Amino acid sequence: MSAVAVHSGRTRGRRSSPMSWRWSDRLALAAAWLAGLSLCLIAAAIVLYMGYRGIQYLRPGMIFERPQVSADQAGSGGFLDPLLGTIVVSAIGIAIAMPLAVASAVWITEYGQGGRVSRSLARVVESSIEIVAGTPDIVIAIFGLAVFQLPLLAPLSFQAEGGGVFGRSFIAAGAMMSLLALPPLYAATRDGLQAVPAQMREAAFALGKTRITTVRRVLLPSVRSNIATGTTLGISRIVGSTAIVLILLGSTLRIETQGAVPVVNLLRGTGSSLTTYVYENSPAGEGAAPEKAYAAAFVLLVLVLALNVAIERLGRGRRDVVSSVI
Amino acid sequence: MLERLKRPWPDHRAERTLGAVSLLVGVVIVAMIAFVAVRSWPIFQHNGLRWLGGGGDFEAEIARMNAATAHPTAADYQLRAWPLLYGTLLSTAIAVVLGIAIAVLASVFIVELAPRRVSRVVIPVVRLLASVPSVIYGLIGILVLVPFVGNHLVSEGDRRSVLGVVQLTGAGLAPTVAILTVMITPIMIALVCEALEAVPPSWKEGAVALGLNPLRAVRAVTLKAIRPAIVAAAVLATARALGEAVMIQMVSGGKTFAPNLDHGVPVFLFEPLRTLASAILDFREGIGSPSLKAAVYSFSLLLLLSAFVLSVGGYLVKLPLRRYQARA
Amino acid sequence: MYADEMVLDRSNASSAEMPVPPVMPASPELPVPPVRTIVLDRAPTPVRPVPEREAVRPLSDFAGPERLSLRHVGVSYAGKEAVRSVSLSIHQGEVLALIGPSGCGKTTLLRTLNRLTELTAGASRTGEILLDGEDIHDLVDTTLRSRVAMVFQQPNPFPMSIFDNVAFALREQGRKRPARRQLEPLVVDALRRAGLYDEVRDELDRPALRLSGGQQQRLCIARAIAPRPEVLLMDEPCSALDPISTGVIEELIGELRRELAVVIVTHNLAQAHRVADKVAFMYLGDLVEYGGVRDVFEDPRAQRTREYVQGAFG
Repeated sequence: MSAVAVHSGRTRGRRSSPMSWRWSDRLALAAAWLAGLSLCLIAAAIVLYMGYRGIQYLRPGMIFERPQVSADQAGSGGFLDPLLGTIVVSAIGIAIAMPLAVASAVWITEYGQGGRVSRSLARVVESSIEIVAGTPDIVIAIFGLAVFQLPLLAPLSFQAEGGGVFGRSFIAAGAMMSLLALPPLYAATRDGLQAVPAQMREAAFALGKTRITTVRRVLLPSVRSNIATGTTLGISRIVGSTAIVLILLGSTLRIETQGAVPVVNLLRGTGSSLTTYVYENSPAGEGAAPEKAYAAAFVLLVLVLALNVAIERLGRGRRDVVSSVI
Repeated sequence: MLERLKRPWPDHRAERTLGAVSLLVGVVIVAMIAFVAVRSWPIFQHNGLRWLGGGGDFEAEIARMNAATAHPTAADYQLRAWPLLYGTLLSTAIAVVLGIAIAVLASVFIVELAPRRVSRVVIPVVRLLASVPSVIYGLIGILVLVPFVGNHLVSEGDRRSVLGVVQLTGAGLAPTVAILTVMITPIMIALVCEALEAVPPSWKEGAVALGLNPLRAVRAVTLKAIRPAIVAAAVLATARALGEAVMIQMVSGGKTFAPNLDHGVPVFLFEPLRTLASAILDFREGIGSPSLKAAVYSFSLLLLLSAFVLSVGGYLVKLPLRRYQARA
Repeated sequence: MYADEMVLDRSNASSAEMPVPPVMPASPELPVPPVRTIVLDRAPTPVRPVPEREAVRPLSDFAGPERLSLRHVGVSYAGKEAVRSVSLSIHQGEVLALIGPSGCGKTTLLRTLNRLTELTAGASRTGEILLDGEDIHDLVDTTLRSRVAMVFQQPNPFPMSIFDNVAFALREQGRKRPARRQLEPLVVDALRRAGLYDEVRDELDRPALRLSGGQQQRLCIARAIAPRPEVLLMDEPCSALDPISTGVIEELIGELRRELAVVIVTHNLAQAHRVADKVAFMYLGDLVEYGGVRDVFEDPRAQRTREYVQGAFG
């Protein structure tokens, strides 16, 4: 009997080989493998090709040089202004979206469970945010144009002679970008708040704290990482958006400020972003400078990948990272 | 006054403030619909619903709108935008159908077939593909794919067969659909993978115990069980495809043309097209002219309404499939 | 004790008085209440068959040819031995019950019989298992599982109609899908043999998940026996069910064993006694005792078997 213990066991017996399966199964097997591998191939091709072109055309100085307005686009200047434009627009977008998103998430989880009125209002808010999430970028951009071309909001861009409000400025683009960042920020914060165990709230209430103080002092600090994840998701959506910038930022190569007051003149000014820079330099835009487009696109891709890695690092310990990219 | 704000607020004030802030989103949605609808009214006013149909020369109509003055006549509002709708529906439909097939196959590969090491590589790859900005897809499209199609796939015979009707430059339906499929598939894969992993393992075990090979077990049982998830993924992908403006504008050929199946299959794929979203981008500069502005807003209204319809429709389609879902 | 005292007290007290709870006297005359005895301390009593319900059928009337032969079978998961050197014989016409406390390896042994252990990474097997003389290791796994069917602890009907569930294995075997007309008589027959047909005859296309727990389990049995396997493995099939459904399924097992060999894992000793013809008792991976049901329950040879069947541990 002891000899049996020494004898190492067999793991797999004879398995049915694909040769004996129905042809539809074999087809499905081949197709599944094909799909999986082609996915990897396409992704590798995109990354490698962009990398190749990027290294070919990107001079490190380009990141810090301002674009030159010259006929020979290919040889001159960098894309500092578009890069700054991306940063400014993201900052404005997040600055507007974060208080909105956090306030909504707090209201929904802490106050929206009460009577029938607050519950139906909560559903309205949730559905609205879902609708915003599903609206295409370009529709948001057109809406932004409609809003910021109102004479009422003329100070926010500039007004041409004849009364037409231009409607395009950093603040216009940033405001609409906030709509892009709002849904992921809201969802992340809400999930974080819902995951906080009831005991934490009860402990605070038992100490006599009001709900709002509990939120400020206890709950919000504990969902900081969720808020960070949501913010990074929002930033990555903003950075990747082209349509809103094309329509709402005025498409000037350099950042042009408007007026004299220091920060306000930037908000009222026009410029471009990394994405529109790529667009304009490609054959689809003005430019006959595909080299610049490749260089800028490479930087853009690296930026987006870095944001993705950040999202993953921040989201470690949460289980919904796969679908959070959406 | 500032003192009052600095002291911790009582709950009821906080609740009302937060509630008001939250409802701002609802206000934004209503404003969005209102603004876009109001500004697109002139098109409906002058064309009725016929602007959705065909029969006009779209390019000429747009040119006329562009040239119109600040006080356009009724004729300046004439529009027949069917080619745009056709282009949108065609490209979206093909991309979504292809995308679902690839997504389901790839998800089965990732969850069931691939060895662990391979899965661990493929999942970040999918996430990467999902986060690439559309302008980069467009760039690769216009600088690599379009020349490839134009120089290597379109033959002289193809060009001659549509001489005088349309010019085949390589930019058109084929590269548009190809890239659009690649753009929307990762989203679907993420959703379908999640659904596959949520299926109770007892079903697959039961199927294997009955003598089915693993792939057959997945096909016969697991795929049936995730049908609602597949529908949800398709709806999400359709919404994404409808709203894609930048990439399509770069790759679809810049000419309003309805690809014609009568020209035979390879030629059909090479013909240029325009979608609602890419048209908005194309005509964005013309917003100065009131009639063109109304046209652009009417395209936006269509997109907005279709996004709405998709959300509702997706929800409705999933309902009858709930019957077979496990209640475990 | 106290109760008796209280009764006596009350008979002496007047009716107007409230009964006073007796105070514990210090006097040594009154005995201290005895320590409660726990089950193990009592002298063992032999298990008797339940008088109203005979064991479903007398022993081995139908003992047929040997279906499965296990020789020194051992199973380990990632190096850790779950089953050690088990040798058994399973015949058509008999029900073999695998009993033993949790973790003794009985489920593992059962799942080895249709090579379901291969779904788990790191499982390996020693020894031989012969199905009608052929080593199951050499059989194609899908063929093996069509001859050795399994019913699980939790009923797991597929998310389809009742008909599709029962026809499932019939459809997937072979290269061509049979037409519904060909399948119907087989499905009806399987449902009859599983004792479910009368309850669902008008509703074959309703979703299977709408059935009750007991019905679902009988559906799983019908599904398993539809392709006419030679052996039916049952992994605690009644543990998730109510007593009435359990009774129905136990009767079913008695009928089924005529055409099949049945191996049932159960932790319910009374059920084993009711249903089985042969019993194999396992403990911590070893086969401790194997014999006819009367022998194992009434006159076990091993001390540990005696302790287990008498409820000393569980």
